[in-house]
Amino acid sequence: MSETSSPPINPTETTASSRILLDQVTKHYPGQSKPAVDGITLEIPAGKMVMLVGPSGCGKTTTLKMINRLIEPTDGRIMLGDEDVTNIDGDELRRRMGYVIQAGGLFPHMTVAANIAIVPKMLGWSKEKIKDRVDELLELVSLEPALYRDRFPRELSGGQQQRVGVARALAADPPVLLMDEPFGAVDPITRQRLQDELLRIQEEVQKTIVFVTHDFDEAVKLGDWIVVFSEGAHIVQYDSPERILNAPANSFVEDFIGAGAGLKQLTLNRVRDVELARSVTGSPGEQASQVLSRLKEAGLPNAIIIDQNRRPVNVLSRSQLTRLDVIPAKVNDDLPLVTEGSTLSDALDTMLVSSAGAALVTGRRNAFVGVINLEVVMDAITASRKASAVASDETPVGTNTDSLGVQGGPE
Amino acid sequence: MWWNYVVDRWAQIWFGSWQHFSLVVQSLILATVVALLIAFIVYNSPKLSSVANGVSAIGLTIPSFALIGILIVPFGFGVIPSVIVVTFFATLPILRNAVVGLQGIDAAVVESARGIGMGRLRTLLTIEFPLAWPIILTGVRISAQMVMGVAAVTAYALGPGLGGFIFSGLSRLGGANAIDSVWVGVLGVVILALILDLLLVGLGRLTISRGIRVRN
Ligand SMILES: Nc1ncnc2c1ncn2[C@@H]1O[C@H](COP(=O)(O)OP(=O)(O)OP(=O)(O)O)[C@@H](O)[C@H]1O
Ligand SMILES: [Mg+2]
Repeated sequence: MSETSSPPINPTETTASSRILLDQVTKHYPGQSKPAVDGITLEIPAGKMVMLVGPSGCGKTTTLKMINRLIEPTDGRIMLGDEDVTNIDGDELRRRMGYVIQAGGLFPHMTVAANIAIVPKMLGWSKEKIKDRVDELLELVSLEPALYRDRFPRELSGGQQQRVGVARALAADPPVLLMDEPFGAVDPITRQRLQDELLRIQEEVQKTIVFVTHDFDEAVKLGDWIVVFSEGAHIVQYDSPERILNAPANSFVEDFIGAGAGLKQLTLNRVRDVELARSVTGSPGEQASQVLSRLKEAGLPNAIIIDQNRRPVNVLSRSQLTRLDVIPAKVNDDLPLVTEGSTLSDALDTMLVSSAGAALVTGRRNAFVGVINLEVVMDAITASRKASAVASDETPVGTNTDSLGVQGGPE
Repeated sequence: MWWNYVVDRWAQIWFGSWQHFSLVVQSLILATVVALLIAFIVYNSPKLSSVANGVSAIGLTIPSFALIGILIVPFGFGVIPSVIVVTFFATLPILRNAVVGLQGIDAAVVESARGIGMGRLRTLLTIEFPLAWPIILTGVRISAQMVMGVAAVTAYALGPGLGGFIFSGLSRLGGANAIDSVWVGVLGVVILALILDLLLVGLGRLTISRGIRVRN
C-alpha cells in the first residue's frame, strides 16, 4: 500500500516488506584507524523488536543511523524488504522510518499537534486527516488529546515528551521504527511505564523496531531478539533474551548480563503468563461480615474491594473487616497495582515496596483480574529455567565479515 | 524660546523625522536579509563562522563618519551612500547574533528533524531559523539603536533625515537658533529610536513562538 493512502493504525506492512538487512556494512569515520562498524551483516525480522546492546562507543548508534542513512555507510548494502535503499534519496527514506531519540527531540517552538503532524504534512495529507491522525496517536500514547494537543514541549514532563516523540515517529504509519536510547533520560519509574506502553503499542502496531540501549534489563524486557556488540559493532551474540540469559556465548556476554541472571529471568515473564493466586473480592455497600466469612472459608488474609466497574479501590484485612459494619466506598490511592502486561520483575518490585508481599493485577480498563504474590513468582522462575534451555532455529542472521559463523550461522 | 523654533519648523521637523525613520527601517530590513543570507551560508562551518564574527567585530570599529566620507567619492552625495553606510553597520550585529543563534540550537533537535526526513533547507527554514529568531531579533534591536545615530551622521553626505538639523546647528554655533537646531536633531533621533524599539518588541511578541518565549 502507498504511504499516502489512508493509513490504518493497525498492523500494516508487517510482512517481509519491512524486514531490514544490513549486508556487509562498514562505517569508517575519516581520520580513525579502526572502523566504527566493521562489515556487519544483520537481519532485522519484520514486525519484531531487535535490541542493540553493548558497551559505550561500540557502534550501536552508528549502526542504527546507517539504517536510515543519517550516517552514510562507507561500504555495504542496506535492504528494506526487497528494495536496496543504499542509494535512494535519504530524506525520502527517512520519511518511511520513524526515528525516536533521547528526550524525544521535539521541536520546542511547535505545539504537540504540530510536532506530530510534521511527516504527514510533508507527505501532503489533508488537514482533516492530519487532525484525526494526531488525536488518534495521542490516544495511542495515553495522552488526552484535548488536554495535550495545543501544549508546547516545555509544558510537558520528560515522560510525556517521550510519548509525543513516539507518536511523532508513528505519525505516517511507517513500517520501521528506529529508537536510540529513547528512555535514557527519564526516571526509573517513568521508564518502566514507558517500556510497558511501548510493548502495548507494539502489540497493536507490529512495527519492525530497532532499539538501541545500554541497559541490559531494558533489552531483555523489550526485545524479541538481542544483539550484543563489542567494539566495532562486532556481533558477539544474536539471540533471544532467554537464550542470552541462559546460554551466554562467552564471558563478554556474561559480564554484560552482570550479576543476577536468574533474577533477570523475571523480566522475561509477564504477569499474564503466570497463574495468579486465589483471591476474595467484596464491594462497597456490602455487609463486612459476609465478606469476612468468605475470607475465612477461603483461608485468605485480605479481601480486595472492587467498585461496580471491577476496579480495585481498597484492600481490607480480616481485623479491619471485623471492626466494620458495611464496606465503605473509600478509595485507597496507595494500592500495589500491576497490569497483566507488567513483567514479573516489575511485579516483584511493586510487591516488595508495598510490604504486603502481594500485588493486585488489573487488566482491560483497569479491571481487577487477580492477585500475584511471591509464591507465584518463585514458581515462574523455576518453570522458565527449564523451558529456555533449547536453542531456536529461527534465530535471524547476524555476522561480521571477518568472523563468519560466530552466531546465528551465515546464510 | 525653543518651542517657537519647533512650532515654526514643524513641517520640516516632521518630514526629517519621517525620512530618518524610513531610511533606518528600510536599511534595517535590507541588513536583516543580507545578514541572514550570510549566516545561513557560514553557520555550519566553524572556519567561515569565525571569519564572519571577525568581520563583524572589526567592521564595528570603523568610524561611520569616515566611511560615509569615503563613499561620497564613488557614489556622490545623497541617498545611496547613506543607505549603504546604514545597512553596512546594521548588518554586523544581526550577522553576529544570527550565527550565534543558529549555532546554539540543540543538536538533538536538528538531528531529529533530519531523522524524520526533513531536508537541509526545510530544516533550516522551519526549525533552525524560528528557533534562532529570538536571538536574531535581539540583534535587529541592537542594530536599530545603533544605526539611528549612524543615520544622523549620513547627513554629512546630504542624506535624508534628522542629521541635517544637527550639522546645520553645529556649523552655525553662536548663531540664531543654532543650539535649538542641534537639540531638535538629537531629541528627534532618541525619540525615533524609542519608537522603533517598541515596534520591534511588538514584532517579537507577534513572531516568537509561545513555546520558546522567555517567561517572566
Ligand atoms: N561523527 C563521528 N566522527 C568520528 N567518529 C565518530 C563519530 N561518531 C561516532 N564516532 C566513533 O565511532 C565509534 C562508535 O560510536 P557510536 O556513537 O556508534 O557508539 P555507541 O555504541 O552508540 O555508544 P554510546 O553507547 O556511548 O552511545 C566511537 O568510537 C565513536 O568515537
Ligand atoms: Mg549511542
